Parts: sequence; C-alpha cells; structure tokens
Amino acid sequence: MFFELPVISVAIWLPIIFGILVLATGDDKNAPLARILAMVGAVLGFLVTIPLYTGFVRDTSDMQFVEMHAWISRFNIHYHLGVDGISVLFILLTSFFTPIVVLAGWKVIEKRVAQYMASFLIMSGIMIGVFSSLDAVLFYVFWEAMLIPMFLIIGVWGGANRVYAAVKFFLYTLLGSLLMLVALIYLYNKTGGSFEILDFHLVAIPMTAQILIFIAFFTAFAVKVPMFPVHTWLPDAHVEAPTGGSVILAAIMLKVGAYGFLRFSIPIVPDASHRLAGVMIALSLIAVVYIGLVALTQTDMKKLVAYSSISHMGFVTLGLFIFNEYGMEGALLQMISHGFVSGALFLCIGVLYDRMHSRNIADYGGVVKTMPVFAAFFMLFAMANVGLPGTSGFVGEFMVILGTVKSNFWYAFAAASTLIFGAAYTLWMYKRVIFGAVANAHVAELTDLTLREKVIFTVLAFTVLGMGLYPLPLSEILHVSVNDLLVHAARSKLP
Amino acid sequence: MNMQSLYLVVPLAPLFGAVVTGLFGKWIGRAWSHRITIALVAVSFFASLEIFADVQAGHMFNGAVYTWLTTGDTSFQIGFLIDRLTVLMMLVVTFVSLMVHIYTIGYMAEDPGYQRFFSYISLFTFSMLMLVMANNFMQLFFGWEAVGLVSYLLIGFWYDRPTAIYANLKAFLVNRVGDFGFLLGIALVLMVFGTLDYAAVFASAARHAADMAPIPGMSVGLLTAICILLFIGAMGKSAQFPLHVWLPDSMEGPTPISALIHAATMVTAGIFMVARMSPLFELSDTALSFVMIIGGITALFMGFLGMIQNDIKRVIAYSTLSQLGYMTVALGASAYPVAIFHLMTHAFFKALLFLAAGSVIIAMHHDQDMRNMGGLRKYMPVTWITSLIGSLALIGAPFFSGFYSKDSIIEVVELSNLPGAEFAYFAVLSGVFITAFYAFRMYFMVFHGEERFGKAHHGHDAAAHDEHHGLAPGQKPHESPWVVTLPLILLAIPSVLVGYITIQPLLFENYFRDSIYVSTEHPGMAGLFMQFHGPFEMVVHMFQELPFWLALSGFATAWFFYTKRPDIPEALQKRFHVIYTLLDNKYYFDRFNDWFFAGGARGASRILWVFGDIKLIDGVMVNGTAKLVGMTSRVFRHFQSGYIYHYAFSMIIGVFVLLTVRNWFA
Repeated sequence: MFFELPVISVAIWLPIIFGILVLATGDDKNAPLARILAMVGAVLGFLVTIPLYTGFVRDTSDMQFVEMHAWISRFNIHYHLGVDGISVLFILLTSFFTPIVVLAGWKVIEKRVAQYMASFLIMSGIMIGVFSSLDAVLFYVFWEAMLIPMFLIIGVWGGANRVYAAVKFFLYTLLGSLLMLVALIYLYNKTGGSFEILDFHLVAIPMTAQILIFIAFFTAFAVKVPMFPVHTWLPDAHVEAPTGGSVILAAIMLKVGAYGFLRFSIPIVPDASHRLAGVMIALSLIAVVYIGLVALTQTDMKKLVAYSSISHMGFVTLGLFIFNEYGMEGALLQMISHGFVSGALFLCIGVLYDRMHSRNIADYGGVVKTMPVFAAFFMLFAMANVGLPGTSGFVGEFMVILGTVKSNFWYAFAAASTLIFGAAYTLWMYKRVIFGAVANAHVAELTDLTLREKVIFTVLAFTVLGMGLYPLPLSEILHVSVNDLLVHAARSKLP
Repeated sequence: MNMQSLYLVVPLAPLFGAVVTGLFGKWIGRAWSHRITIALVAVSFFASLEIFADVQAGHMFNGAVYTWLTTGDTSFQIGFLIDRLTVLMMLVVTFVSLMVHIYTIGYMAEDPGYQRFFSYISLFTFSMLMLVMANNFMQLFFGWEAVGLVSYLLIGFWYDRPTAIYANLKAFLVNRVGDFGFLLGIALVLMVFGTLDYAAVFASAARHAADMAPIPGMSVGLLTAICILLFIGAMGKSAQFPLHVWLPDSMEGPTPISALIHAATMVTAGIFMVARMSPLFELSDTALSFVMIIGGITALFMGFLGMIQNDIKRVIAYSTLSQLGYMTVALGASAYPVAIFHLMTHAFFKALLFLAAGSVIIAMHHDQDMRNMGGLRKYMPVTWITSLIGSLALIGAPFFSGFYSKDSIIEVVELSNLPGAEFAYFAVLSGVFITAFYAFRMYFMVFHGEERFGKAHHGHDAAAHDEHHGLAPGQKPHESPWVVTLPLILLAIPSVLVGYITIQPLLFENYFRDSIYVSTEHPGMAGLFMQFHGPFEMVVHMFQELPFWLALSGFATAWFFYTKRPDIPEALQKRFHVIYTLLDNKYYFDRFNDWFFAGGARGASRILWVFGDIKLIDGVMVNGTAKLVGMTSRVFRHFQSGYIYHYAFSMIIGVFVLLTVRNWFA
C-alpha cells in the first residue's frame, strides 16, 4: 500500500520535479502560476513526508524506509536511502519549512519569481537527500549540490553586498568539503570497496588515521555548523540573503553540519572523537560565550540573530561531544527547536524589512504601537530564543546543561552563561525595536501583519509552544537511535 | 468532581482566562474581559478552599499529570504535589490575585491596555500556581521562569516609558543571573540523585550528606553546593542582596502588579522554594549560614533605604525587600514554618499597603511624590483606615498579624546556633526600629499634616496621561470607587486577624509536618515552642521585650519628625549629607552594575567582535588567505605573458635547473 511507495525518494524528487516545472513557467509574466505551482509542490512535499513519522517504528535503531538500487556498479556505488531516529526529524523539518518560505516570498519577491521558488523546492529535495543518503558518494553529491541553490539565492536575490557574501559562503563551505571526500575515499579502500556509510561504522581504523579522518570531517562539518573559528561566513551570508534564504540557512542548512558529526565522525572514528572531545567542547563553549557576547552589540538585526544562531549551535556541538544521553538528545532537540525559532526570528526581521527596508536596530523603536500583533508573535519567538521554559528553546538547552554537568561542572557553568547573554542580546534588541516611543515617521506608518503573515506565524507559534510543552513525541523517536549511537561511540574501533 | 480534576482546575482556570482575554480581548470587550478573568480566578480560589479542606482531612497527593520528556531512564514529568505547604500557598496566591483582579477594574479603568492587563495577571496566577503545585524541580523551574516572564511583561506594561522598559529588561536579566545558579543546582541534583522528583530526592538526601560536590578544583560538600546554587536562584527571585537591584525599579509597573507580583506572591517564590527544599537545606549548616547572612544584610540595609524615599511606591518596595530579608533570615535559622507564616501575613498586609498606595495615587492623579501629599485622611477615609491597619501590621503592633510573624522570627534567630546568627539577630532587631520609622513616616506624610497637594505647577494635561502630573490648584482628592476600596477592606481583615488565629496551628501544632523537615540539631523551632504559651500571652510577654520598645520608638520618632517638627529631618539630611547621598544613591549598586556589568559586557562585546571576528578571523585568516592566493597568482601571472621567447627562456632555465638537481643527487 502506501508504505510500499518509495517514500524517501518521493520526498526528495517530488519537490525537485516541481521545481523544474516551476522553472518551466518562464519569466515573470507567469509569476502567479509559478507561485501557485510552487506552493502546491511545497505542500505536497510536506504531506509525503508525514508517513515517515506516522510509519516510523520507534523500537529499532535499524534504518527504515530503505531503498537500495545499483547506481555506479564499477565503484560499488548505490542509490541507497533510509532513515533512523536521528535523520527522520530533520527530513520533516526540511519539508515543513519549504511551504513556509514559499509563502514568505509570495509578495516580496517580484523579480525572477519562478527561479526563486524553484531554487527553494530543489533545495528542499537536495537537503532531504543529504539527511537520508546511506551511500557516501550519494551523500557527497547531495552535500555539494546543496551549495548551488543557496549560492544563487544569496547571489541573485540578496542585498547590496550579495556577491561578496555568496562567494565567501561558497568557498568557505566548498573548501571544507574537499577533505571530506579524501576521507571517504580512504574509507572506501579500508572497507575493501564499499561506500556504504553503515559499513564505515564497522571498519577498524588505527588511531593516527582516525585522527586524520576526524580532522577531514571536522573541516567539512564545522564550517557548516558553523563552529568557532570558522563561523564568519554566516553573519555575512545572513545579512545579504533574502528572508527565505536566511530561514532555510538557519533552520536547515546549519543542521547538516551537526548531522555529519552524528552520522560520520562519532560512529566512524569514535576513538578520535573521544580523544579530541576536549577540543570540540572548548570550541563549543567559546561559541556559546564569545559569540553570545559578540551578539550583544550588533547593530544589524540579522547579524544579531546570526550570531545568536552560532551561539545556539554551540550548544548542539557541546551536547554531541559530552557523550551522554542528555547531551545527545538535547543536542538533537536543540537543533529542531533552533530550526523553528531562528526561522521564525528571520521571518520576523523579514516582516520589518519588507516594510522599512532597514535591518538597522537604530531605525526602529515603538513598533508595538503600530504592529501589536506582530509584537506579540515576535515576543514569543524572542522568548523561545532566550530559552524560556514552555517554548521549544528550553528543551534542548536544559537537556544539554543537565548532561554537561555530568561531564564537568565548569563546562556547564560556562554553557549556562547563555541564560544571561542570550536574554541580554535578544531582549535588548527587542526593547530597542519594539518598545519605547514611536521612533520616526516611518514607524508611525507601519501596518500590522497581513493574513498571509499571520498564518505563517501562527503555525510557527504552535510548533514552538507545542514542542516546549510536550516534547515527548519528538524525543521518543530519537531514543533508540541515540542509544545505539552512544553504544557505538563507546566501543573502540582500534584494530 | 474528584479531587484530581479539581487540582487541574486551580491552575487551568486562570490560564483559560488569560488565553481568552489575551487573544480575543478586542472582541469580547472590557467588561467581559474582567468578568471572565475574575470569575475564573474566583473559581480557582474556591477550588483551593475545597482542596484545603480535603488536605486538612488528611488527603495529600503526589502524582504526575503527564510525562513531558524521557531520556535514558529518567522521565521528566509535569505533576502536582498537594500537601499543607502547597495548599497554603495556593490560598494566598489565589486570594490576593482575586483581590488584585477586582481592584484592577478601578485602577486601570482608563487604560487602553485594559484587556491585556487582565490577561497578564491571569497568566501570572497560572504560572505562580504551577510553581507552588510542582512536584519536581523541572516544573518548579518552569513556573519560576514563567512568573519571571509575566513580571517582565508587566513591569514594561507602559512600554512607551523609557524607565519602564529599562526596568523590565533589568529585572529579567538580574533574575536570569539567579536562574543561572538555580539551573546549575537543578543539574547537580539530577546528576547525583538521578531524578528531579521532590519525594525521591528528599528521601535519599541524607545518604549524600557527607558527599563532596563533583566540582573540579573546589572542595565543597555536595549538599552545600546544591543548596547555595538553588539559593542563588532564590536571591534573584526574592530580591536578596546583591541581586535585589531590580525590585525597586520594578515599581515602574502598574500598582496592582506591584501588590500581586512584587510584594505578595512572586517575590516570595524564593522563600517558598527554600522551605520546600528543607530536607536538603537542613543537611548543610554552611548553606543555612549563608542564607541567614544574606537575609540579614537585606533586612537591614534595604530598610535604611526605605527611610529616605519620597516616592510612595518606593518606600513600600524597600520595605518589601527588607521583609523578604526577614523571611530569609528565618529560613537560615531553620524556622521554615515561621518564614512561611511571615510570607503569608506579609502577603496580606503588603498587598494592602500597595493597593492603598494605588488608591492614593489615583486620588493624586498619578503623582507618587509624598512631599505633595499630606492630610489625605479627610478625603479618603477607607484608604486612610486600611493604610493605618496595614502599617500597624507591618511594624508588628500587638495583635496585628505582622506582630506574630515578625516576633517569632526575632525570637527564633536568637535561638539559632549557626555562624552568622548574631549578625542576623542584630539585623532583624534593628530592622524593627527602621521599619516602624519608615512605615509611619510614610503614613504621616500621606495622611496627616499639612495639605501639600494642589501645588503642582504643571496642570492636568489630558494628552500626557502617562506622565506623573498630580492635582491642579484647587482640586481635591476623592475616595476611590468601591472596586478599589472593597479589596482594601477584604485585605485589611486578614492583616489584622490572620496572625492571631493561625500562629498556634501553623507553628506549634506541627501543621507542616509532612512538608517541612527540621533537623533536631537546629533548635530554633523547638525553642520557640517552649516559649510559646498562646497568642494572647505573647502580647503580654511582649512588653518585657526589646522589639516592642524599638517599634514604639520608631513610631514616635516618625510622628515627631513628620507631624511636629518637619525641620528636623531636613536638618539631619544636611548634617549627614554623606550618609544621605550614599543612601540616596542606593549604595551605588546601580551605578556599579551599569558601569561594570552592563558596560563591561558591551565593551567586551565590541572588542571581541572588532578584534576577534573582523580583524583576526576575517581580516587575517579568511581574507588574508584570499589575498595570499591573489598575490601569488599576480606573481605567477607574469610567466604567462604569451611571448614565445619568454616561454623558451623559462624552458631553458627549467632544463638547466633539473639537470643541476639530477647531477647533484647522482
């Protein structure tokens, strides 16, 4: 019946096919058609991923919904897809956000509408491919392909300095990936000619090689997360990207880095991961504290939220490398939550930017007077960013801090400083933008949310609150896979 | 309806009210907004009464409502612990909240944010109830942060006032400093006990009494570390020195919430929490000493500040700080029931004082400066009498509720054998004089003496409603409408009676036996029991004790200074201007915090950003790499000139080099 459909393939290729159809509508004469087609594709793309959740078997760590076909037989490369508890939530997150960005760009994007919408649909399919590939080459192809639509989104629909940002983004992330390819080929030889990621998990590797492989993976994944000190592309990319680009970048693309650590680094080279955990923890804590401080005095709202993202992702990498259940599940929940919250915050900034054409905090003040509904939504998402209990932002942070104390009290001490810094930069920005007397004539003329915007924010508000009040349904999916991963990580793979 | 459903009704009724008025306030209108929220808070109050009766009959409850999350073998739950301590807090919270809801109809009558205000105070009631009803640390933290959120929203309720939005940010951040410690304490609890459930943690606490804390580089007892970290949270929420700085500024919020949140309920959350954690705190004398000393400092030094304030709300705010210090001292002396007893009496008389002050503020057309008041007793008799009752309760006049609770604190601290007890005893004893002085200074300045109102040089300006503008010349103050005075009367009754009635059952008939644990090594409660012979005898006994005479002299001094010889305080102020300046600047805490913490963080932020991100990482590493590539290619570009003879020349050089190298190694 339904489950016999290749669900994952459909989830990957349906948005891509719709993307091509949207492209085929041609120039902006047909923009209304392009929009509708894109929306249909995005919504269908989301609906087809729902069976992944409903049909997911919670008590096994085996791959599910597996599809396996020969692809390049000469090198034993397969079109091999499947999900476990770790990847399935990211696929849902990806397909959930595609309709949102299509809707968010509905009115705002007026030039090259078809290309814009198509980029996001294709992007969505590719990212689902990244999260579901079980063949290393297939993974690598999706991984690199992901750069292209995002490069175009920033480079074509971006702000004034878009070319610098797009090139910086492209080169930064491309350079990182090349070393990963070397590592994958080494592993291919080591396993005796298999590109199966699950085979990589089993092969014994000596310590020196493990460390080199770890470093190769690290350069690829750390840039994407991004971890300190390879984070500087992100604020530039966010500032120049159009709203939809920022949303996808923050909500999904940052997650592929952390996903890489989970799928590759930790299970393939567990000994090196343990050996270098101290470095990873140190870099994560620097991200939390240093970046948290840097965010404080940003004058550009998008830059501020970008830095806040880096700081929150520091929690993710921290949670991964303390090697306990709290940390790892906390990291995964933090990633999901960060997707919702940072996506929502970029949409909030987008709403203001569409009306005022400024992201400068100083140009605002007293917005609540003219946009009370918007101010209420923005408050909710700001509080979620602050990690207030009852919102999704709390769950991951709480778990990671609980887990970190087990590892070392002082790590947790440093990490918990986000309670103060996070509140300081988020609410100080909120205060200057939303509260106060109406700052100028432009603010006085602002109009509150349109129905379309209200729909987007209402959906996100429900997810943020729902996940905060009842995260159990999400964590249940993770359990078995996380436990299995921890077992893997604890087992030495030295020959 | 079975009891379990009733437990759910108590917090959910106000939540429902908050959601309805918050989302649909515009459609249902002002009248229905207050009707719905008041009705639902009343439901919550009567349900609490019903539960109180049930608990008195011996039916406790400790169970989960739903599982929030599971990880490994730990499951985090939302659940209720209904025992005597909880139900007492539920009664106090819902009763004061109900009074404040009714009062708000009058106080906020002309405010455009009417529905929003009702939504917030109902949301607050829900959050506070979740906090006190929690049966585990996770939900405690949930409620803890939720009340902080509502406090933030309400302090900044008038969001176009710069002072209000400064104050609410400050309140949130200072509280977050406390929460930082609180969360680490919770994390240590989970790590050591493997659960966050109160009952399970308390049951195994004694086994860990001798353990050391797993904190590298520090040798601290485990329970000492946990208790002090948890108490840091209480210092934020209950505004204890040095995290007290946010509370006076929180007076920027509308007066009803000053009464509800910043006097009666939220700020006492820290006190409640420590009492709830008594099985942990009892195992660490170090932590108890710490608690007692912090409480002593707060009780004494915040009282001093109350003596020189001229803003009516700020006097009460400093008084609240000082009284919270009293409660904290009682906690440190292991007299948790006494602390909760004072929490309860204080909730009534302090809410009364705040609401009465609000009534005065309405009459004065939002002028809060006591120097512009005087002689108001003629114009507002209900407010006058109820204020007098509140002030007498605050200073601990015989038979009033505050007398019983405060006297018990002083006696119990005297009995404490922990380090720091002498200081704390000195602090609470001197505090009696100070309290009597500032309370009656305020009372006389407002209700007696010369009528100083009607002199405001800026007249009534309808356009600037938010501004403090006062009465125009010739205008007279009026008594407030019944929705304002009724809550005053209803709060005045318990302010008088509740101490006399409840001291015996609460403190000496082991009311809290299932909720609070007191170690036999801490003699306070037992000693107090020995000295107690009944509420009436307590008053008789009082005349032989120092506190009574201190209170009386404080009262007399205030009376003499502010009705007979107003020139004396002015002269003193000039004579001791160094001390006055110190007090007027609140010991320079705000300046220091602004300069050191806020300024320091901003400075560090800019330095890290400019030197770390822009110059070092982007400038040197990223763009430096790009430049290096560019420079190298610029050099190599010259070789690709397109002239055959250049290529020929380089080929010859190349061949020559290769041959040399080959010969060299061969």
